[in-house]
Amino acid sequence: MSANTVKSSVDARRTGPVPGAPLLEVDDLYVEFRTRDGVARVLNGVSYKVEAGETLAVLGESGSGKSVTAQTVMGILDMPPGFITGGEVRFHGENLLKASQRRRREVRGSGIAMIFQDALSALNPVFTVGFQIEEQLRVRRGMSRRDARKRAIELLDLVKIPNPKGRVRQYPHEFSGGMRQRAMIAMSLALDPEMLIADEPTTALDVTVQAQIMDLLKEIQVERNMGLILITHDLGVVAEVADRIAVMYAGRIVEQSDARSLYRKPGHPYTLALLDSLPRLDLKGTELNTIKGLPPSLLNIPSGCPFHPRCPRVQEICKTEVPAQHRPLPGRLSACHFAEEMIAGD
Amino acid sequence: MGRYVLRRLLQLIPVFIGTTFLIYWLVWSLPGDPFSGKCGDRPCPDSYIAFMTEKFNLDDPLIVQYGKYMADLLTGDFGETFRGTSVGELIGEAYPNTIRLALVALAIEAVIGLGAGILTGLRGRGFLDNVVLVSTLFLISLPVFVTGFVLQIVLGFELGWIKTTVTASPAPWGQLIVPGFVLGSLSMAYVTRLTRTSIAENKRADFVRTAVAKGLPQRRVVGVHLLRNSAIPVITFLGTDLGALMGGAIVTEGIFNIKGIGNLVYRGILGKDGLIVTGVVTLLVMVYLLSNLLVDLLYAVLDPRIRYD
Amino acid sequence: MTDPSTAATGAAVTTTAAEHVTAAEHVETKGSNKPRSLASDAWYDLRRRPLFVISAALILLVVLMALVPTLFTSADPNYGDLNRSRQGPSADAWFGYDNQGYDIFSRTIYGARASIVVGVSATVLTILIGATLGLLAGFYGGWIDGLMSRIADVFFGLPFVLGAIVILSSFRSQGESSATEIMVLVVLSISLLSWPVCMRIMRSAAITAKQQDYVKAARALGASSSRIILRHMLPNAIAPVLVYATIALGAFIGAEATLSFLGLGLRAPVVSWGVMIADSRDVIRVAPHSLLFPAAFLTATVLAFVMLGDAVREALDPKMR
Repeated sequence: MSANTVKSSVDARRTGPVPGAPLLEVDDLYVEFRTRDGVARVLNGVSYKVEAGETLAVLGESGSGKSVTAQTVMGILDMPPGFITGGEVRFHGENLLKASQRRRREVRGSGIAMIFQDALSALNPVFTVGFQIEEQLRVRRGMSRRDARKRAIELLDLVKIPNPKGRVRQYPHEFSGGMRQRAMIAMSLALDPEMLIADEPTTALDVTVQAQIMDLLKEIQVERNMGLILITHDLGVVAEVADRIAVMYAGRIVEQSDARSLYRKPGHPYTLALLDSLPRLDLKGTELNTIKGLPPSLLNIPSGCPFHPRCPRVQEICKTEVPAQHRPLPGRLSACHFAEEMIAGD
Repeated sequence: MGRYVLRRLLQLIPVFIGTTFLIYWLVWSLPGDPFSGKCGDRPCPDSYIAFMTEKFNLDDPLIVQYGKYMADLLTGDFGETFRGTSVGELIGEAYPNTIRLALVALAIEAVIGLGAGILTGLRGRGFLDNVVLVSTLFLISLPVFVTGFVLQIVLGFELGWIKTTVTASPAPWGQLIVPGFVLGSLSMAYVTRLTRTSIAENKRADFVRTAVAKGLPQRRVVGVHLLRNSAIPVITFLGTDLGALMGGAIVTEGIFNIKGIGNLVYRGILGKDGLIVTGVVTLLVMVYLLSNLLVDLLYAVLDPRIRYD
Repeated sequence: MTDPSTAATGAAVTTTAAEHVTAAEHVETKGSNKPRSLASDAWYDLRRRPLFVISAALILLVVLMALVPTLFTSADPNYGDLNRSRQGPSADAWFGYDNQGYDIFSRTIYGARASIVVGVSATVLTILIGATLGLLAGFYGGWIDGLMSRIADVFFGLPFVLGAIVILSSFRSQGESSATEIMVLVVLSISLLSWPVCMRIMRSAAITAKQQDYVKAARALGASSSRIILRHMLPNAIAPVLVYATIALGAFIGAEATLSFLGLGLRAPVVSWGVMIADSRDVIRVAPHSLLFPAAFLTATVLAFVMLGDAVREALDPKMR
């Protein structure tokens, strides 16, 4: 990652795909929710970038803004109450936030597809799984009913659903949780997207099924050289799959790094706390660490570093000054005043 | 699905027997002389008493009487009034009018109710939404006979746009529009609110978001995914309502003097003719229960989740 | 609202729908509500709703009219003078005189009492029957539930107006009845035909409550059935029944008027809005004011209760906020 990708929002205000531009860039995104109780600042300058064939894991507690970012990218944010107050989402260099409704719709499904956490509610209960896959093929690709059915069966087969010919006629509630998520993945692949966003795809599933779905996602991604954004609150899930990890807190990315270095030497106390709260086999018998305190209210984000009330390393400067995102090491980003010490220390 | 239908049918039988028996008991077997007040204001002629006692086996225990009556009824024999007219024929003449009236009412409430409900449900809060909400509240609170009277006075007597009474039988469709509106006004308000709530709830549903994320055109998202799912409770309501409308037509028929079932039963009560009352009410109960059954089946067709239990 | 059973159908359809879905998805446990905080939240929310304030004020006014009519009028509602028959509104009689020369304003004020008494008694009776049976059916389940549900179906199968007509005309044919007897009969027939709705609401609320973990825990700890019903299930089910009761009260007032209008409910010398509207029937064209005023009061009262029910429902339903 070159040093200027993060702060290059100025020169990219054009529409239409730009040759050689990254697959997907989220650039300094600001989103707020205007509710009866006040304005919740949900995203406060989120930036990340995903290339083809790359997996970015976005990590954070609920309310950290990881799903809102994805929804903004897809253009499925509920507006109101949501308002995008700044930033850009560039797909092949084209700012989607400025694109026409028509263009946005073209990108959905065939450019960027998304799968959701709860496949039971994300699939329409009154239509067969086959219908819901075929629908896009027929509406978007103009396929005949018959060809679409054939393709749907292929897709179900691709995601390793047994007996796809029979399954295609069944309703979502007749599928098990894991099968439903597979069907959801099949549906998202229907238009051969270049980019897939998976919003907590395994949270609602059993542990063994979780691993299977993860493997499937990884396999498909490698095979198709797709970009993959994996949104999760579970560090354990992404360990083997992610190339890079972005950690979000209170609507900001507090750390971004390649997965391996982040696991070895976290550059932000919040990441460290997340790692420490993972149950580990080699530390059996010791007490599990938890992060004290609660995530901040987005209606009233703490001054200075938003993590300071919960931070074990908190200093005076943390309470007053918002730490800038900087690079303690090449290829690593952190928003902590003491990132260098953390990475250099033991 | 097959088992579901069978179960609903089996559940229907005791309810049907129970309801019709209740009516039979109410009309015929209250303490006191069964003929007091059954033949108008005069005492019943002896010949009639003998005939009726014979015909209805009034010397038998209640349950046997009822059984025999039902057996006759199921073969289409509704018996005769004390004036000797066949109740079956009276019903046969009156029924088409009530069905027409109920259908007009149903059509009006479906068109206006669905239209207003979809419009406000999709648009969300705003001026139009408030107008519709207030008018539905008002319609719900307005007793049917007040609506009927007011429309009859204003449209009929003052403006002369409609005929104040529908005397022809079978009633011409055109003359049934205003009575149909009166009959359907309450349900129209319910349909509006039900549609609105249903759409407002489903608008935020995950599967609608999925449909958008799939890149489907807005028209298709709303037309296929949102409306299809929101229609389920509304259609079931409309189905049940057809039966309820026929049972509730009595007031409307009275105001506009439509020669329907309600009118018949009302005259039966005023004329104290028990057979008409029993026959008509039994028939209405049957229609009501059957329409409920149909709705249950419709529900199972519309919502695949039901078929599964 | 003339036909509460139609209102009931609407509610019933939605309830069955919810039941079916729950059954299909198997036990879907909702987030548990804390009754106290929910109630105080709801009260806080209610006071800020204009709909609630308006309807509550209207209801208070009508109740006051029912309790002390002399506060509003000094005219005798039962003094008729044929000389002033069908006179329009004037300074003496704000609403004019009816066919018999009765003072319509005075009769409208006095008429509130019969309407309110019938409405309130019918509601109380309906809730008592419906809630008790619904709680028992929901709590015990099995054949008790099956039996009670079928009995409810039997009464539910009778269309409201028809059922009431049959009941009233049957009992009335036993000879002349006094005004009180008629009133009792009207209340009985309304309740008899309406309790199944309340029972269904209570039953599904009780079933939901029964499946909650804290009720299971209480049972595991050896709490008695009556304690579980009273302490755990009743508070949970109270909200939907409360909403139903408010709306039903309005509906029943309308139903009383409809029955009086059909000549089967209350009748003179009892003064009620329904009786007044029925009396106006033959003179509508020459004296429309004799219909207009009682009908307006009737509608306003029913509207007030329906609005109140709406406001309460929205306040109690956290999703709507």
